[in-house]
Amino acid sequence: MVKTMNPGEKLARFNKKQKTKSVLQKVLAQCFIWIVLLVMYVPILVLIAYSFTTATNIGTWTGFSFDLYVRFFTIADKDAVEIWTALGNTLIIALTSSLISIILGTCGAIGTFYSKKRWKGIIENVTQIPVVNAEIVIAMSLTIMFVFVQTYIFGGANIFGFWTLIAGHVVLSLPFVYLSVKPKLQQMDPALYEAALDLGCNQRQALMRSVVPEIMPGIASGFLLSVTLSLDDFIVTAFTRGAGLLSGDKTIETLSTLVQAKIKKGPIPTEMRVLTALIFVVVLLIVVAITIYNNRKKGPKIRRGRGTK
Amino acid sequence: MDEKENIIISLQHVKKAFEGTTVVEDFNLDVKKGQFVTILGPSGCGKTTTLRMIAGFETPTSGQILLNGEDISMLPPHKRPVNTVFQHYALFPHLDVYDNVAFGLKMKKVPVTVTNRKGEKVTKMKHLSAKLIDEKVSHALAIVDLDEMEDRDVKTLSGGQQQRVAIARAIVNEPQVLLLDEPLSALDHKMRKDMQLELKDMHKKLGITFFYVTHDQEEALTMSDVIVIMKDGIVQQAGTPEEIYNEPVNAFVADFIGESNIYNGTMVGKKKARFIGGVWECVDDFPLNEKVDIVVRPEDVMMKKPGKGTVDGKIVSKIFKGVHYEFIVKVGKNEVLCRDTKDHEVGSEVSISVDPENIQIMHKELTVNQYTDAYINNNNQVVIGEDAFDCDITQLIPGSFVDADGYLVDRRDGKRYDFKDADVIAEIGLDQIDISDDLSSGQSQGTIIEMVWIGDHYQYIIRTDDEEDFVANSPYTWNENDTVSVSVKPEDIKLRLKKGLDEYVVE
Repeated sequence: MVKTMNPGEKLARFNKKQKTKSVLQKVLAQCFIWIVLLVMYVPILVLIAYSFTTATNIGTWTGFSFDLYVRFFTIADKDAVEIWTALGNTLIIALTSSLISIILGTCGAIGTFYSKKRWKGIIENVTQIPVVNAEIVIAMSLTIMFVFVQTYIFGGANIFGFWTLIAGHVVLSLPFVYLSVKPKLQQMDPALYEAALDLGCNQRQALMRSVVPEIMPGIASGFLLSVTLSLDDFIVTAFTRGAGLLSGDKTIETLSTLVQAKIKKGPIPTEMRVLTALIFVVVLLIVVAITIYNNRKKGPKIRRGRGTK
Repeated sequence: MDEKENIIISLQHVKKAFEGTTVVEDFNLDVKKGQFVTILGPSGCGKTTTLRMIAGFETPTSGQILLNGEDISMLPPHKRPVNTVFQHYALFPHLDVYDNVAFGLKMKKVPVTVTNRKGEKVTKMKHLSAKLIDEKVSHALAIVDLDEMEDRDVKTLSGGQQQRVAIARAIVNEPQVLLLDEPLSALDHKMRKDMQLELKDMHKKLGITFFYVTHDQEEALTMSDVIVIMKDGIVQQAGTPEEIYNEPVNAFVADFIGESNIYNGTMVGKKKARFIGGVWECVDDFPLNEKVDIVVRPEDVMMKKPGKGTVDGKIVSKIFKGVHYEFIVKVGKNEVLCRDTKDHEVGSEVSISVDPENIQIMHKELTVNQYTDAYINNNNQVVIGEDAFDCDITQLIPGSFVDADGYLVDRRDGKRYDFKDADVIAEIGLDQIDISDDLSSGQSQGTIIEMVWIGDHYQYIIRTDDEEDFVANSPYTWNENDTVSVSVKPEDIKLRLKKGLDEYVVE
């Protein structure tokens, strides 16, 4: 005789099974998240910890002190000055090149979006290539092109400097701006532009008041992407840089090229640890600020031209 | 004179072509101030393009658009006193309801006379004051019943509410003409009905001219003062809803507006037409023996006891529609769609009659397919478009035959003719074209672009890849966009030479 369970019993067993299964799943999922976070953040925490000790070799702990911070903010310290100059260069280059990139990239994306189908496909494919292209190829080809221009147009005078460096960084980040603006355009109702024209805007106004606000998130993320790309970049910078910007040095030193130059000669300057720790904190603060800003409660709207009731 | 002054928009011979494809052909229309005009037509008939030309998003290839007598065809959209309600509303998602409506007013500049420091009066273009804008926006929002919603994000609104915002955004600018591009197509049925009445009401209150585009014939009939029916870029008929419904000019209009019975008929006497096996009194006078199209609306068909009407038939189907029953009565080979509030049994014999004024008689659009640029190829086939059809070229000369070399020989005088590359006019009757699903069986193939049920058969228009149309009658059912093959028996192709016979004599 076959033993049969009544339906209630069956259900209870099933539920129990499900429960143990789901608990296990939860634990595993949690573990996984923590492992990932650990891998991502432990190096940064170690770095921050070591910015509070004067030891030159990481691995030895010579006691807690704010010495490095003091040195970093001391004008007389030679290493600190070098780092500050490089930081200044890096920021100027990152902001300038990103600004140029978002203007060119946004115009390009809008132009492509409203152009005919056949052209659209071609342009889109062409812009994808630099994204997957190796950076070394971009760097090499830029250098060769600049040398060519230098020889045949400027008669041999050295043109390598700030603007070649900016051009290099723009080339690097432009496709990323295009890629982050494009989806926003695709989500947008293409009739918005015509609606603005219909309501009395001329073409420029219509673009600025209807299309640009719609794709602003895309432009912003494109800007952040290109700033990040530019801040980190070493290869293109090393190939296209020329005379110094803030210090009047022979060559522009950015953070990445400075670190590279220092490593060649000896240990990384200890002040660098302070800088990287500070950069991390600043980025953290920015992210928190953005989150708070986005979650803020909207107050009552103020309408101009209306008396208080 | 008065008539002329009342005309606010006048389209004169407007034509629009995109890269060689004509979308709107010779569009002529005068719209009086305050009218509700609807352009009605199937999708792709050029109605939206016409609207976009009035709005300024497209410029006509030729012709003029006059607004109050001035040519505005080349003005950019922001300089035209017209506003548009877009099909998918096109509201600005980054603005709330209030700012969407205020958008146009904030862009507007009006001339203001001010006294400058020297005491001279000068006219300056100034933005509207914030107070005035607020008044206007509040008023517009009140008109569309959205005054409680002004702070809402447009993305959180329902379709109907977004529609109202779009209307408010357009009417707040006090346009002389309001253009509406299928504004109700994205709403559900109930909502659409309500909005139709509201739009009509709004039109009365505002007193501005509405220019409405739709493919929904019921919408057009409900709301319009004037309906313009378009097909393939050509205006078929313009008139009041009653005119269009009661007196359609051709079978297309009759079929498109409302349900109708369409038949082939022949005029057999003064105001007498013969169709579906009976002779009917009618009120239109056409030449004797002319082939005509006949339209009878289902509600005008009266069902009587057998023998009491003009023709007798048998009820083959019955559908209960709420207010009335809908019957299909088979009269000979033809089907008659009719409505009656009284019930009749399926299978019972009835007699049908129609009042003379309810029989609409129209010129037959096409009685034969005519191809004026056909020619004969070296195989003595006729080429229509790019497809060769076997044909009987001996019909060009009575009593002739084709010799072994392919020349046509006249038996009477023995002269030989070479018709290679001869230009001919080919004619094929509508009943002589066979349509088949087997694409390899015909001489040409194409897509069905249009079909109309005419009494006992369908009339199809089959368009080939090289843009040649075949109009064919068939009792069998295909669907629009079906790809079918077309075949014609050689003896059914009628040929006429364009030039004299002497041109082709072989010495």
